[in-house]
This record gives sequence, C-alpha cells and structure tokens, in this order.
Amino acid sequence: MDNYNPANLLLLLVILFNFFLLGSSRLGACIRTVAIQGGILSLLPLFLHGFSGHSLILAGGAFLLKGLAIPFLLLRAIRQVQIKREMEPLIGYVPTLLLGTLATAGAFIFSDRLPLIEVHHGSLFIPVGLATLATGFLMLITRRKAITQALGYLIFENGVFIFGMLLAEAMPLMVEAGVLLDLLVAVFVMGIVMHQINREFSSMNIGQLSSLRE
Amino acid sequence: MNFLFAAFFLFGLGALLAVIPGRTGARAATLLGSASGILGCLCGLIAAGQRLLGGGAEAFFMPWSMPGGAFSLRLDELSAFFLLPLFIVGLAGALYGAEYMKDLGKTKKATGPQPELNESQSNNRCNRGFLRFQQYMKGSKERRRPGLHWTWYNLLILSMTLVVTAANGLLFLFAWECMSLTSFFLVISEYDLAEAVEAGWTYLLATHLGAAFLFAFFLSAQALSGSLEFASFQALGQLSLPAASALFLLLLIGFGSKAGIFPFHVWLPDAHPAAPSHVSALMSGVMVKTAIYGLLRLYSFLPTGPAWWGGLLMGIGIIGALFGIAMAALQRDVKRSLAYSTVENIGLILLALGFWMQSRAAGHHVAAAFALAGGLIHLLNHALFKSLLFMGAGSLMHGSGSRDLNRMGGLMRRMPVTGLLIVCGGLAISALPPFNGLIGEWFIYRALLESGTALSGLAGFFPLVLIGLLALVGGMVLIVMTRIIGIALAGEPRSPEAAKAHEAGWPMGSAMAALALLCLGGGLMPALLLQVAGRAATMLDPGAATMLADTAFAPWWLGLMAVLLLGCILAAYGFLRWRQGGDPVPAAATWGCGFAFPTSRMSYTAESYTELPQSAMFCSCMNPSTEDGRTIGFFPEAKCFSFEAPDPVLERVFRPFFRWAADVCSGFRGLQAGQLHVYLLYIFSATILLLFWVGQR
Repeated sequence: MDNYNPANLLLLLVILFNFFLLGSSRLGACIRTVAIQGGILSLLPLFLHGFSGHSLILAGGAFLLKGLAIPFLLLRAIRQVQIKREMEPLIGYVPTLLLGTLATAGAFIFSDRLPLIEVHHGSLFIPVGLATLATGFLMLITRRKAITQALGYLIFENGVFIFGMLLAEAMPLMVEAGVLLDLLVAVFVMGIVMHQINREFSSMNIGQLSSLRE
Repeated sequence: MNFLFAAFFLFGLGALLAVIPGRTGARAATLLGSASGILGCLCGLIAAGQRLLGGGAEAFFMPWSMPGGAFSLRLDELSAFFLLPLFIVGLAGALYGAEYMKDLGKTKKATGPQPELNESQSNNRCNRGFLRFQQYMKGSKERRRPGLHWTWYNLLILSMTLVVTAANGLLFLFAWECMSLTSFFLVISEYDLAEAVEAGWTYLLATHLGAAFLFAFFLSAQALSGSLEFASFQALGQLSLPAASALFLLLLIGFGSKAGIFPFHVWLPDAHPAAPSHVSALMSGVMVKTAIYGLLRLYSFLPTGPAWWGGLLMGIGIIGALFGIAMAALQRDVKRSLAYSTVENIGLILLALGFWMQSRAAGHHVAAAFALAGGLIHLLNHALFKSLLFMGAGSLMHGSGSRDLNRMGGLMRRMPVTGLLIVCGGLAISALPPFNGLIGEWFIYRALLESGTALSGLAGFFPLVLIGLLALVGGMVLIVMTRIIGIALAGEPRSPEAAKAHEAGWPMGSAMAALALLCLGGGLMPALLLQVAGRAATMLDPGAATMLADTAFAPWWLGLMAVLLLGCILAAYGFLRWRQGGDPVPAAATWGCGFAFPTSRMSYTAESYTELPQSAMFCSCMNPSTEDGRTIGFFPEAKCFSFEAPDPVLERVFRPFFRWAADVCSGFRGLQAGQLHVYLLYIFSATILLLFWVGQR
C-alpha cells in the first residue's frame, strides 16, 4: 500500500489538471497544462514498477512525447494559425466543470464495484484513468475549435495511458509503444486536418464540417 | 473437381481481364470477357457431366480465416443437376452477349433520328410509354462500358457456381451475397435510365431482406448443430416439430424472395427486363433456381416435416402460377411479360415440390416420386426455354429498337431465324410437343392424377382441383405466347423502326439455336431427362430415386409421339412448299376490314388481345389502370387510350407499407445531426450506460 502513496499524489494532481482543462479558455495555458499532465504521467511507471529498464524506457518515451514533442507541435500550430485564446464552447465552462465533477465521482463509485485483484484495491489508478477518459470525452463534445479537439484526444490518450500503467508488467513493450505511436499519428492527422480546414473553410471551427452531412 | 476449379479460375481471370482494356478497347474487352465465360462454362459442364454420369460426391476443404467459415466445397448429384442449366445458359449468354453488347450503340445510330414528340403530346399519358422507350434508345448511345459488364457477368456465374457447390454456411452466404451484388450491377447496367435504377434498388432491397432471413436460419442452425459446416447440419434432423417448422419458414421466406414466389415476386418483373437480355436469361433461367437449390439442399437437413409444409408450398405455388400468368397477359413490354411468366413457372415448380413433400409425408411414394421428377424436370426445362425466349425477346429488341409489343409487328418476315426460334420457345413453354416443356408438366399432372385417383373423399378432391387449375394456367400460357408471337411477329410493322428491323447475327442466332435444339432434344428423349432428374433425386429422396430409375416409368411413348409429330410437321411443311411451287405469295393488307387505306394502327394491339380473359376471368384487384378513349358522336375529336398494368401486390401492399415505414423512421433522422460533437456525445453516453450496466451486475 505504501508504495502507492507518491503515485496517488501524482494522480490527484492529474485530476486537478483535468478540472483546470475543463474550465480554462486560454489555448496556450491548456496546451501547457496537458504538457505538465503528460510529464506527471511519465513519472508513474517509475513509482509503480521501480527503476527497471522497461519502466525507464516507458517514462522517457512518455516524457519526450507527452511532455515535450506534442505540446511543442501544438503550440507551433496555434502560433501559425493565429488563434490565441478564444474558445466558444457548445456548453459553458461552469456546466462542463459540473459534468466533469459528476463524471469523476461516477468513476470513483464505479471503480469500487469492479472485481479487481487484491493489489489494485484502493489504488487511484482505475478511477483516475476513467475520470481522465471522461474529461477527454467532455472536451471533445463541448469544444468547437479543432485544436481543442486535438487536446481532447490527448487527454483521452492520457487516460488510456494511466490504465496501461497497471498492465505495463503484463503488456509487452510493443503495445505501449503502439499507444504512444497512436498518439503521435493522431496529432499529425489533426494537424493536417486543421490546416485543411483553415484553408478550405477559412475557419478553425469544426462546426463547419456539418455542411458535409449527406 | 479439377474441371470445376478450372472453371473458377477462368471466370475469375475473365472478370479481371475484361476491365483492363478500359474505355477504348471495347472490342478486346468483349472478346476476353465472353471467351473466358464460354471456356469456363465448358469446363464446368465437363465437371457437372462427370458427376451426373458417374454419381457420387466429391468434396474439397480448405481452412479460411473467417470465424466459423471454411472454404469447403461439395459437388454431388444435386449440385451437378443445378450446375447443368447454369453452365448451358451461361455459355449461350456469353456467346449471345458478345454480339448484343457490341452492337447496342451501333444499331441505334443506324435507325436515324427518332421522331421527336412536341410538348403537348409528351404531356399526354398515352405517349409516356413511347417516350420511355425513346429515352431508352437515347441512353443507349452514351453507355459503352462492355468491360465492366463482362466483369460482372463472369463474377455472377462464378458466384452462382459457388452457391451451388458451397458446403459451408458462411461460404454459402458469402457467395449468395456476391450473386446478389453482381446481378444488381448487371440490372443497373443502363444506369442513365431512372427506370432501371429504380428496378435495381427494388431488387437490392428485396434480396437483402430475404438474405436477412437466411442469416437468421444459418445462425440458428449453427447454434443448434454447433458448426456452420453442412456436414454437421445433419444434427438438425433431430429437431422438434415447432423448431423445425420455424426453420423451414425462414428458409421459405429467405429463398422465396430470391426465387420470386408469390408475395415476394415484386422485384422480379422490374429487374429482369431492365438487365441486358442475356443477363435476363441468366437471372430468370438460372439465378432464381439457385434459390430453389438452397431450399432443397437445406430442407434435406431438416426432419421430414408434416404434410402442411408441402401444402403451404403448393398453395403458394398455385396462387403464384395463376397470378403470374395473368399479369403476364397484361404486359405490353415483352420482357416484362416473360418475367411474369417466370413467376408462373416458379409457382409450378413450387407446386410440384410441395406436392412431393406432402405426398412423402402422407406416405404416397409413387405420387411423391412423380411430383419430384416433375418439379426437377420442369426446373431444368424452364431454364432452357425461358432463356431462349428472353434471348429471342432481346433479339427482337435489338432488331426493332423497342421492348414495346405495340411497336413491333411483322418481324417474322424481317427476322425469320429469330422468329422461328421464338415460336419454338413458345411451343416449349406452352408444354406442347415435340418440345421439352411437356415432359415436366406431364409428370406433375401424373402425380396429381395418381394421388387424386388413389385417395378418396376430400383428400382426393384437392389434387383433382389442382389439375383443373393447372389446366387453366396452361391455357393462359398459350394466350400469353400467342399474344407475343401474334403481335410481335405476325401482321404488319406497327412502327417505322419495326419496318426496318434487321436479323440478329450469327453469335446471337447460334446461341438461341443451341438452346432451341436442347429444348427439342429434351422433348424427343424424355427418358434422358428422367434419368438426370433421378440422379438429382438420390440425395433428396432415395426411395423416389430408385423408383425413377425403373425404366417402366419412362414415358418413352411421349418421345415417340414427339418424333411422329415432328415428322408430320416437317412433312406438311414440305408438302406446302411443294404445292406452292415457285409462285410468289400475293401481298394484301392485313386487317383491311373494308377500309380504303388500312394502316397497322387498325390492327389488334397487345392489350386488345387479352381483353377477353381480362374482363371475364381476372379478379378486379388485378385490373389495369386505363385512361378511357371512348369516342362520342359521328365526328369525334382525336382521342387516345392508355393502359398500364402495375403489379397489384407492389402497389397495394409493399409500397404503402414501406412508405409508412419510411414515415415512421423519418422521426429518427434528427439523430443524424451532422455534428461531430453530437456523435461523440452518443458514443460517450453509450459508454457510460454500458459501464453502468456492467457495474450493476
């Protein structure tokens, strides 16, 4: 139980960052927050599995991608397309925060009911993973800008990463690498899509995509 | 089996090669596509012939990465019996299509500019039919992609072969869907015509709804027997009666919608005429029979059912036969009329097979054997003469530029070979000697008589009533065929295009002639037909098969009679020619009626020919919609009369139903917001609900 404590502390931080992301309107701050969240997540394997080669590689890779490379790409993207802060959410910030709170509470209640193995009882990994997934989802649903959509996917991936931590021993390295690679590809695709949207519709609102219906 | 694989290979190769030349090399594409089709069919014929002559079964198994599926084939007598018409018609169709597809655009140019109708005329309902045909001709100049056509044609034969030889449920469904899709693309090959596309959609909808029932059947069969292999379906033989009956009904609806049995035939009269004629022949002659194959094959795994299974089939069959032939008499489009006649013939086949099931369940083995033989022989015969007639109709269309009977006329003199072959097909379909149509129907009558005379009371009454109804159907077939022959071939041309009609070339002529010769051969050698049917029956009903193998049942005298009759006809023809000598026949106006300047417009039309049966016999729900052209007074103004006979089941049952269903379902359209957020919201809520559901357990 003891060796979970620092990890649990980090996970609580992750939840705080989740709330910040749901409530903030400044894109730059959001991207940096996601970067910090990613950096915190990259420490998790070390706390969970000790200083083995595998966990070092995982932590290093996650830190480089989640903490440095992707935020850098996204920051460059917002600099290029000249959108600084304005977000026009479909659902306001306060209702989104409330929904996020509800989802987090639901995640904690739900994970208590799961038939887990003994070691994972009382750990925060499952509820925080679920809560982060829900945060990513909420971000995807409520935000209009393509760049916040990309952020939503990133947060979603962070949730998946937290889940993956529990299985890092059981899962081969390939799967972990797959998760990270997935992420990278997603960001590239979103970047391309954003530029396309920008060029074609002279707007970064994905709402314009609805003209493609039918 | 090796020849079968060679056939598979050739069809696949042809499908691939035909698209390579593209838009420019139409001639090369036609050559490659039709040549590989012909060669593949020849290989397949050898494979099927070996099985029919030698008996026994061959199997092939190869694992497939699909769950539950395996590439498992089985070629036994029943499969070979259904492969026989498939490859014969496929071969004739490939030969026929080589000319038909090549000349389709060219002949239209040769006929010169079409008479344009002015605005007031085109609003007139009477000219709508004509306009449609005019549109058809215009459209035909645009479409020139024979390559793609040959790809679909070869793939259609390939998938039908696979349907008939598959021994695994998943492979069967896979081949079945391929067959539906390739034939759908062939139906809409004139996709610039709204009519053809609409027919295609109706067909696709009907065939998919039917396939849903087949999926239900195979899924429950897998659940009950533990595997999708046909070999393990033997376990279905121990089912209880209600379960087996449910499975049987699934089969009947699923295959019935493809075979065009009575209430599910609605797609057939639209789709078959829309396709090119050799494809109509293949679809009408063979594709609907693959559904009968499926029904028989999968029925053979079920326990021998109660008598009402057969009774149900018989009821559907006789209603379908009467309905189909009555509707056939009302159509002015030749191919549509022939398509309705397919509904009628499927009804007859179903009647015979239903009678087989019923008699077997009741223990009347002689009647059962006769009924099974009648059904199978009629199935084979129908494939031959119906494809002959469809190809003949295509040839008339090719020569005169129209599918409308009222725009043909006088074609016997202009297209003597096609005309003669159509008359042969007409004799065959009307079950007249010396052609093959008689043999199958003779067995059906024989079976009904057998049980009608052996049984007493009400049980014996029903077969006798059916005999009367069958005779009625037979008479109606004669009306339909004399109508087509009389209106299209005899008399004077009813349109300028018909007057300039040209005879079909040798590929089309020889394809039709080969089919006509086979029809004649079947009529002259009924014992051979019986033997082939007996082979196919070994798997379905061994008792009946041994009974049929007994030569005492062979109606050799039917063949003898046919030979004598043929001799008499030839002798009479020779005598007439001899008596006529070299004298020219004096030409006089037909249907002159005392007018000074008679025109062909005074002659009987296709509609007036069937007025008597229509007003005296048909029930009112079948009445065509007419726009009255009654004239009043001594100097009446110009009037016109129009006549349309849409399918009553489609118009009164299916169309209202689907319109209602569409209205109900349109409420759900709001769900499709076209916004990514909303779709994500759906996913999110579904995930949450699922999590709650899991959490509850």
